[in-house]
Amino acid sequence: MNWLTSYVRPRIRALVERGTPKPEVPENLWHQCPSCERMIFHRDLEANQRVCPHCSHHMRVGPEFRFKTLLDEGSWQRLELPKVPVDPLRFRDSKRYTDRLKEAQAKTKAQDALEAAEGRIGGLPVVLAVMNFEFMGGSMGSAVGEAFVAAAERALASRAAFVVVTASGGARMQEGTLSLVQMARTTIAVERVKEAGLPYIVVLTDPTTGGVTASFAMLGDVHIAEPGAVIGFAGARVIEQTIREKLPPGFQKAEYLLAHGMVDMVVHRFQLRATLARLLDLLLRPVPLPAPVEPVVATPAVEPVEPVADGEPG
Amino acid sequence: MSTLLDFEKPIAELEGKVKELRHLQNGSELDLSEEIARLESRAAKLLAATYAKLTAWQKAQVARHPDRPRFKDYVAELVADFTPLAGDRAFADDAAIQGGLGRFRGRSVMVIGQEKGADTEERVRHNFGMARPEGYRKAVRLMRLAERFGLPVLTFVDTPGAHPGIDAEERGQAEAIARSIACCLELEVPIVSVIVGEGGSGGAIALAAADRVLMLEHSIYSVISPEGCAAILWRAAEKAPEAAEALKFTAQDLLGLGLVDEVVPEPLGGAHRGRQTTIRAVGEAIERHLAELSGRDGPALVAARREKFLAMGRPTEG
Ligand SMILES: [Zn+2]
Repeated sequence: MNWLTSYVRPRIRALVERGTPKPEVPENLWHQCPSCERMIFHRDLEANQRVCPHCSHHMRVGPEFRFKTLLDEGSWQRLELPKVPVDPLRFRDSKRYTDRLKEAQAKTKAQDALEAAEGRIGGLPVVLAVMNFEFMGGSMGSAVGEAFVAAAERALASRAAFVVVTASGGARMQEGTLSLVQMARTTIAVERVKEAGLPYIVVLTDPTTGGVTASFAMLGDVHIAEPGAVIGFAGARVIEQTIREKLPPGFQKAEYLLAHGMVDMVVHRFQLRATLARLLDLLLRPVPLPAPVEPVVATPAVEPVEPVADGEPG
Repeated sequence: MSTLLDFEKPIAELEGKVKELRHLQNGSELDLSEEIARLESRAAKLLAATYAKLTAWQKAQVARHPDRPRFKDYVAELVADFTPLAGDRAFADDAAIQGGLGRFRGRSVMVIGQEKGADTEERVRHNFGMARPEGYRKAVRLMRLAERFGLPVLTFVDTPGAHPGIDAEERGQAEAIARSIACCLELEVPIVSVIVGEGGSGGAIALAAADRVLMLEHSIYSVISPEGCAAILWRAAEKAPEAAEALKFTAQDLLGLGLVDEVVPEPLGGAHRGRQTTIRAVGEAIERHLAELSGRDGPALVAARREKFLAMGRPTEG
């Protein structure tokens, strides 16, 4: 063996191998629907906005997905969110809270469980805040509360509608009473938006429970729920243990809340963006926009201008 | 003492011996007074030492003590002409939340609070202080009534939490709590809250988003019960003492974190050993805070209240 075979060749091989992914058995090409348990090809699932093509089960999606599917293309940019003191109680159970946070941050590539963007829906200015259930169950601590307050303040500054997509197991226990007071802090943010005459619309997605439901999620001007979403205050298990009875079918599902008067509508994900656009248009454009004037003279012929994407980069 | 907490047993033993000796002393030639005095002083010292360093878990037990003064006791002692008002005007009257008009130190006020009940029958009737939506909606109605007539609102918080049940969910428990918090934060009259026992989660803050939040020395105010937290995070209910410590829910912890405004001292051995003293101390604290708040106009009160809550948990500047 010379240096060529013992050193250079493996190096080259390593370089080549690094460049081309190993032909592994594709693991993530198929997803199983948690509701009907049928297999769905990943591309079909993405094309279907992560709604099961067999049973219409709405799977959980994160902030990036909502920004892309709800805001006018090219109109939006993420908001920079305030930093808060990390782990104020120095909480530790079987794990350190700081370690749980780091794991969640590595998994989601996000700072915490709420992200926000400013953009447009149907051409109207909107601040969109989205909770991420993947981040510690979407639980609300100081970072979520402070991000919510900052997003609402941006809506005030921009005279924009405030739209919030919820997904949360409730308060973040690891922040103790500091997480409890976020219920009051987020409520204050909502009150300010409403007092400024701006619409505050809540989109409730699976699941929205506990302290989030019992504060800003139930204070919307309009409540929209995704089909099948679990929405409630107390967890089903807690209720079952307390009353020692079986829960009625469909208990705490979006349709149950609609029937009990807690949400205005249950809207399929495919119609969500159009519904938001229509609501905002009805609330913010009480007088219809003047109809575009037909050009009377057609000469001279000019090259048609490329239509600009609705909205403009924020 | 009708109910004895586990960690109070050594104190009770000494007190029992004192009683026995006193009994012996009666009609006896022997002079036991020295021995009695010695034991009494030991019992008092032990009580002081125990209560000076209660753990968070022990405080939770004191906060839940059945002999601790409750809403009714505070109203009976501090509020004249109390006139209870009932019902949410939509569904029912919820006995878990009591409220009404009355005079505190001569001035008309609205008093609202959870009532846990004194004995088994009462506890069932008051649902152990766990309110349903109609309870929070009644609270909102009473707060709005107070506002219309410029009356300050006093709330006494003592609840394990909001009632978890099918009926409560059906009638919008979450929405009712959210509206109650919002009402507290919009109210154009002074609102002073005292956490007198157990401040359990959303069911507590529904009445405690106030200008001033006071806590009794051995009361607790938490996002979840130590038992519930232990079951979820430790997956073991017997880890409740550890969870209690970690949650930092004692009055002293929360004062340090800037989440409450004042801690009202309890008599030695807890509020259940000196009910009148406790109630009087609470009354004096409320009076002081009401005096500070009076004379401010509605919008100024609301603005200051909101600023106070928005500042919570933020890094302190300078
Ligand atoms: Zn399916």
